[in-house]
Parts: sequence; structure tokens; C-alpha cells
Amino acid sequence: MSLAGVLPLLRKEVLRFWKVAVQTVGAPVLTALLYLLIFGHVLEDHVEVFPGVRYTSFLIPGLVMMSVLQNAFANSSSSLIQSKITGNLVFLLVTPLSPLAWYLAYVGASVVRGLAVGCGVLFVTAWFAPPGLAEPAWALVFALLGAGMLGTLGLIAGLWAEKFDQVAAFQNFLIMPLTFLSGVFYSVHSLPAFWQAVSHLNPFFYMIDGFRRGFFGASDVSPWISLAVVGTSFVVLASIALRLLTTGYKIRS
Amino acid sequence: MLAAIAFDHVSKTYRSRRGDVRAVDDVSLEIAQGEFFGLLGPNGAGKTTLISILAGLTRASAGTVMVMGHDVVADYAAARKSLGIVPQELVFDPFFTVRETLRIQSGYFGVKGNEAWIDEVLAELGLADKAGANMRQLSGGMKRRVLVAQALVHRPPVIVLDEPTAGVDVELRQMLWKFIARLNREGHTVLLTTHYLEEAEALCGRIAMLKQGRIVALDRTSALLAGTASTMLRFKTDDLLPPALAAQARVTGRIVQLKAHDAAEVEAHLGALRQAGVRVEDIEIGRADLEDVFVEIMSGARGGLA
Repeated sequence: MSLAGVLPLLRKEVLRFWKVAVQTVGAPVLTALLYLLIFGHVLEDHVEVFPGVRYTSFLIPGLVMMSVLQNAFANSSSSLIQSKITGNLVFLLVTPLSPLAWYLAYVGASVVRGLAVGCGVLFVTAWFAPPGLAEPAWALVFALLGAGMLGTLGLIAGLWAEKFDQVAAFQNFLIMPLTFLSGVFYSVHSLPAFWQAVSHLNPFFYMIDGFRRGFFGASDVSPWISLAVVGTSFVVLASIALRLLTTGYKIRS
Repeated sequence: MLAAIAFDHVSKTYRSRRGDVRAVDDVSLEIAQGEFFGLLGPNGAGKTTLISILAGLTRASAGTVMVMGHDVVADYAAARKSLGIVPQELVFDPFFTVRETLRIQSGYFGVKGNEAWIDEVLAELGLADKAGANMRQLSGGMKRRVLVAQALVHRPPVIVLDEPTAGVDVELRQMLWKFIARLNREGHTVLLTTHYLEEAEALCGRIAMLKQGRIVALDRTSALLAGTASTMLRFKTDDLLPPALAAQARVTGRIVQLKAHDAAEVEAHLGALRQAGVRVEDIEIGRADLEDVFVEIMSGARGGLA
């Protein structure tokens, strides 16, 4: 499949969110900061997850990754559903762009937005309790994979949805619970055995845990296991998204 | 010579719970390079479905469609590069300015360094002073111009205009047709659907008429016009027509039109009106136009397949 047209569409998708950066980048950074201030203040003296690591420090990578994931999902899903509902997707449908080019551009822009928000969150929160950067390669790998995976999920949701509230439902009933129950605010080791086992079924847990490894050099499971789980999930989702684009699911009648 | 557009036994059936709807029914049609071709038909006749199949927005249930020799499914990239489509719906991307919109669209088609052509298209369509305006700030007519500009931005050899002048003012219509006629003279093939039959009559060398998904007339515009009654008696009245005339008249508000093959028939119509005491004004006798042909063919009064 041809890759022609990836860059123009990627540039357009990045420009689309950048033109409203206060809403698409500034607002999620502020939300993450509020989480840090409130949870950090309440739990700072009550929880120690890793030996010698303050709770606020522990929380920061989780908040960064949560922001990366949620915004990567929001970018592709909102762009597609807006274009479908307003009808301007036709400008793209009549072009020679291949399904692979569509995929790479939409997911690429999601990764850019996810990382932009993630860097913003890290920048404003790290002042409170610098989390360190013990194994930065892991942080980078999981940030990229996580953003790519959620961008892909957003693409699938945007193709499937016919109304804005269906995308919102996808976000509220799938993305949000999976993110909150993935260990953003706690280590799964602090959970009862049953809930620990349930957490291990959640692919988001591996993204957060692997990302956190990059900061503290310690994690709940081996980063290689996390990489295998996240990588496999990514490949499965990417295959589904490419299949939907190739068949024109809900965009070509 | 290779046809610019070739529909070969194309059908499209939409399936729904209330039963199947055959929107396009075994249409075969070739449009030569450089032609200005009109596709006419009432609402729901299948014009937009045919164009959607051509553009790759809809998949045909049967048959094949080629653009400049490229299959729109198997070789979609080459087919779409050859096509510039002006959609019927007034759609736009609210995030961008006019110039950004055109640059983005150029990029999708792999066209680089396109500023000179973008400037020319903007000037020809009266958009030069709106280049920096956001799409949201434009009036409906201006947005329509941008739609046309977007379709032309990659200089496609085949231009498809799906009711481009629906609801637009006279100035834009004239500007648009001047520009499209120039492109046609320069060798671009134009496929037009419109409800304004006088436009089709003035611009199109050949016309196909669709009814319920099938082609019911296909000929040169001049041949279609020649095949109908040569004269029409037109007048205005507020009175009721006698039943014999009412049955064959086309009435639009106060305007009544009656077919008349010769002077004797004109006289017969006027005699019948006098006898019934119908007061008429602004009487004129004119040549039948495409609208008359259209009404005749759509009512099934005559066939038009050449």
C-alpha cells in the first residue's frame, strides 16, 4: 500500500489540534496538575509504593501516561467523528490516499498530541517532586506504544461511531475505567490478590507500569512482559483498524 | 481514444429492512475526453449515486467504472488523481483558512509548489481577497466557490460538478461557468449534473437523462431539442383553462405553456382560449427548450435513446 499523502494528512491533523491548543493541550495539563495537587496532598504521608520514593513522585509518571493515553484517543476519535458528522470527510475520501496512509497519519497525529500533552504534564508536575529518569528508554518506548495504541483505538471508535455521544460513551465506559484501574494512582501490589489478578488482564496496566519503570527503575512486572502485552495488543488493534479502513467501514457505502 | 469516463453495466442496490432499493440500474455510458456532458434527472433518479460510485464514495453492486482508463476500485489511486469532484453538499473544515484548505487538498494529491495555480484558481473564482479568511466566516456562496477550488486544485483532467449552482447567485454562476468553460476548452472533460436545464442546454454538448436509475435519453443536446415539438405557445393568465387544454398544458404559477407543432395548432389553441373566455396576456411563441424535452421524456411521452 502506498504511503503517499501521509505527511500532508499528518500535518493537517496536527494543525487541527494545535489551532485549539488551549483546549486540546492546555486543559488536560491543568487537569493532571489538579490531580497531582489533590491526591498528592491527601496521600503524600500515607502511602509509600516503592522504597524511598515519595507518593507524589510515584504519581507523576502515572498522570503523564494517563494524559498521553486519553489525549491520543481523543485526537483521532474526535477528528474523525467531526469530519463524518459535518461531512467534510468527503475531501479525504476522494483522494488517492491508501488505507495505510490514513492509518499512519491519524495515529501519527494522535501520538504527537499525546506526547505534547504528556511533556506538558511532566513539565508542570516535575517541579513538585522530580521523579528521576532511571531508564528513559522504557519511558519513551511505552509512551510511543501507548499513544499509538490509543490513537488506533480512537480511530476505530471514530469509524464506528455515528454520533458524538457514542464516542463519549467509548471514552467514559471503556477508556476511563481501564485507565483509572490500571495503577495510575496506586501500585497493584497494594491490592487484594483477586484485584491484582484482574488488573493483570488490563492492557493499560502494562503501559503505565512499563512507563513508570523508565522513571524509577522498578516496576510491578518485568518491562519485557509489559512490552510483549502492549506490543501484541497494538498489533491486534492496528490490524482491526486497517481492515476497517480498507473495507470503508461506515465511511464508504 | 480512451474514454474519460466509462460506466459499464453499473448497478447499485441499497439494502434496507423495508426492502431493496435499486438506485442505479444497469447504466452503461461513455464520456469522451474533452466533452462537456450533462447528467439530468429528477431528484432520486440516481445521478448522485452514479457520481458517488465514480468518486469511490459508494461501491457499485455490479459493473465497472473507469476514469481515464483506470478502474475506480482496482486502481483507485490513479482514477482519483484524474478526478476533481465538486460535491453537492455545502461542506467545509472549520479549522482552516481558504488558502490552508487548498494547500492541504493539494498535498493529498501529492502536488507540491502549487501556490501559482492556487492563486489563479482563487482569482478566477473571485476568492483572492478571502484567501486568509477562516472557512467559518464565509457566506454560503463563498463556501461553494471554495468547494469548486478544492476540486480543481490538482488540475484533474476530469471535472465532476454535482449541482454546483444550487442556491447560488447569478454572479457566481456566471463566474463559475466562464472558468469551467475555459477549462473545457483547454481539454478538461466536464461532467455536470444540474436542475437548471437552461445551463445544461447552454453548456453541454451531450446529455443523458436518468429516471429511476436507468438512462432514458442519451444524445447530443441539439438532437434532443430537434426531436421535440418545434414551438411552444407561452402566455400568462389568472383564469381556468378549458379541460382539453389543461390536460396538455405545463403550468408554472401564472405561466402556461402549450406545445404547438405549427401555426395552425397555435391558432387552434388561441381559438379554444377565446371561446372559453380565458383572458391571456404576454403571449409569445418560442422554440422548445431542454425543459420541454425533459418534461416530455420524464412523463414517458417519448423515448430519447439515440
